[in-house]
Amino acid sequence: MTNSQLNTDRYANMFAQLNAKNEGAFVPFVMVGDPDVDTSVNIINALIEGGADALELGFPYSDPIADGPTIQKAAIRALSHKIKTTQCFEVIKKVRESNPDIPIGLLLYSNLVLKRGIEKFYTDAAEAGVDSILIADVPLREADRFIAIAEQTGIKQILIAPPNASDETLAEIGKKSQGYTYLLGRAGVTGAETAVTIPASELVEKLVQYKVAPPLLGFGISTPQQVSDAIKSGAAGAISGSATVNIVAENLTNPAQMYETLRNFVSDMKHATKK
Amino acid sequence: MNHLDSKFGDYGGMYVPELLIPALDQLEQAFIDAQKDPEFQAEFMDLLKNYAGRPTAMTLTRNLVNNPKVKLYLKREDLLHGGAHKTNQVLGQALLTKRMGKTEVIAETGAGQHGVATALACALMGLKARIYMGAKDVERQAPNVFRMRLMGAEVIPVNAGSGTLKDAVNEAMRDWSASYDKAHYLLGTAAGPHPFPTIVREFHRMIGEETRAQILEKEGRLPDAVVACVGGGSNAIGMFADFIDEPSVKLVGVEPAGKGVHTKDHGAAIGKGTTGILHGAYSYIMQDGDGQIEESYSVSAGLDYPAVGPQHAHLSDIGRAEYVSVTDEEALNAFQILSRKEGIIPALESSHALAHGLNMADEAEDGSIIVVNLSGRGDKDLAHVHSILGDTFMGGANND
Repeated sequence: MTNSQLNTDRYANMFAQLNAKNEGAFVPFVMVGDPDVDTSVNIINALIEGGADALELGFPYSDPIADGPTIQKAAIRALSHKIKTTQCFEVIKKVRESNPDIPIGLLLYSNLVLKRGIEKFYTDAAEAGVDSILIADVPLREADRFIAIAEQTGIKQILIAPPNASDETLAEIGKKSQGYTYLLGRAGVTGAETAVTIPASELVEKLVQYKVAPPLLGFGISTPQQVSDAIKSGAAGAISGSATVNIVAENLTNPAQMYETLRNFVSDMKHATKK
Repeated sequence: MNHLDSKFGDYGGMYVPELLIPALDQLEQAFIDAQKDPEFQAEFMDLLKNYAGRPTAMTLTRNLVNNPKVKLYLKREDLLHGGAHKTNQVLGQALLTKRMGKTEVIAETGAGQHGVATALACALMGLKARIYMGAKDVERQAPNVFRMRLMGAEVIPVNAGSGTLKDAVNEAMRDWSASYDKAHYLLGTAAGPHPFPTIVREFHRMIGEETRAQILEKEGRLPDAVVACVGGGSNAIGMFADFIDEPSVKLVGVEPAGKGVHTKDHGAAIGKGTTGILHGAYSYIMQDGDGQIEESYSVSAGLDYPAVGPQHAHLSDIGRAEYVSVTDEEALNAFQILSRKEGIIPALESSHALAHGLNMADEAEDGSIIVVNLSGRGDKDLAHVHSILGDTFMGGANND
């Protein structure tokens, strides 16, 4: 296998290594540029030092309809410094330089992609070292032109499996998903206020049946117990966004304490991924 | 997978989280069934006639136009119950809510007009309404907040973002993504994800149908042009829909130019915006170079929206409709002229359409017939306009 092939398959490598160790994945989410560009790089490094298996990174957007107050505020903090998309990619480049193997996913909104041009956005993302892109407001029905560009540029298009998905939707996700599948733990928007519902074994069985990419459970995950329950239920891992971003928000005046708390949080959550 | 076309050319679509797709599909199916159901249609027609007061009048203006050989008509949506066209489609969507077996309604509102319309329909139909309104707008529009609460709606101030209409839409969509099992999102304009632009158009298309019949009866021919203001574009698409296949009828949409389209303070999404996605639809929007949504501005809160309904974007691109813009100042002027010369106080939104209609009438050939959709009445704007004009306006004591 050549280097570039290795690089484009970071998720597969991660899942293979975790399986060998009998562990699930823990994936924290933070907003790029929150609260500012330099602090943001340190925050992401703290997540990696704490033991994150992969990273899910948001790009700040003015109108995030799938996000609750915690992540909305993170976007507002980042945008208050007038952060540009180009700077967001620079943050990722910096992280990638010192971390060649960790899978990095973007979670963002369609208009940021469209305005830059789908092809240019995905090309820039690939060059910055991004492995996957999830667009919160692009459902399967609108996804084809994004998937086509993703394939051209070596990016994995991440699809969302909501708890109310029909068999038809799950079958289509099975055909098109790459990297991992974002399994929604509940209805609503992002936020730690409403806890995740651990998926019924029936849904997990269906995901297996339709051969979807490994499911990572997200929305409402803030405790090690929830991570452990998610993995016991059959998820390949868990994503925690608002709980992670809350640590940033609560320690804005004390960065050293912020990084330390983030490292400890990720370490505790990671510890719960052992099967 | 959709039964109705979800796009107008490239515009429209369903750019929403996967989670909302089943709710939008359910709504589309309920709408398709309702359109074919004589019982639904009979109830809708009965409400429009006996509750809302349709058909609305078609008034030939007497004193507005200098050229006696040019006729300027007003389609009097201002006379509808609730004071604006909005009541039409709100009644339709409230009936759909009941048809889907849902008991709650979510809505967004800017100035409060759609909120008031939603509140009245929900009071009538026994639905529980919660209405998201930007915190700034809650302060600025106290009388409408009181109206909504009086009719039993819960008004929820939105502090996120800029605290205006677009943030209220965001919050309504967030609510819906957790509550779609029992709540319907009663979107207030011909924008948003499919099927809203189509549903809102169809529930407003009687505006154009009545206009056709009334002008045919009075004049024996179709009008040369119909003119309507465009924020999201619901009253305009309701007026245009029945004339799209009549090439002799010019369709003119009037966007808010605010302090001028050369400034940043306007809301002319078609005129000065670029293509992008906002609130679930691909259309013309106001955005910066990275795709962050910019604030719109207009003296008229109902036109103050940084996007436009996707069918208008399409009609503009294919050249079927023409979109122009009118400044705050021109709209305020038209507001006073109609009050002074015809005894009708128009909404500031409709004043935009009227301002352009007056310009068209000035330049029209002899024998021309122009219809302006007077989408709402101006009672709601009195305090605002008074505060802008003071007592020195053209009809004021100082001029007599």
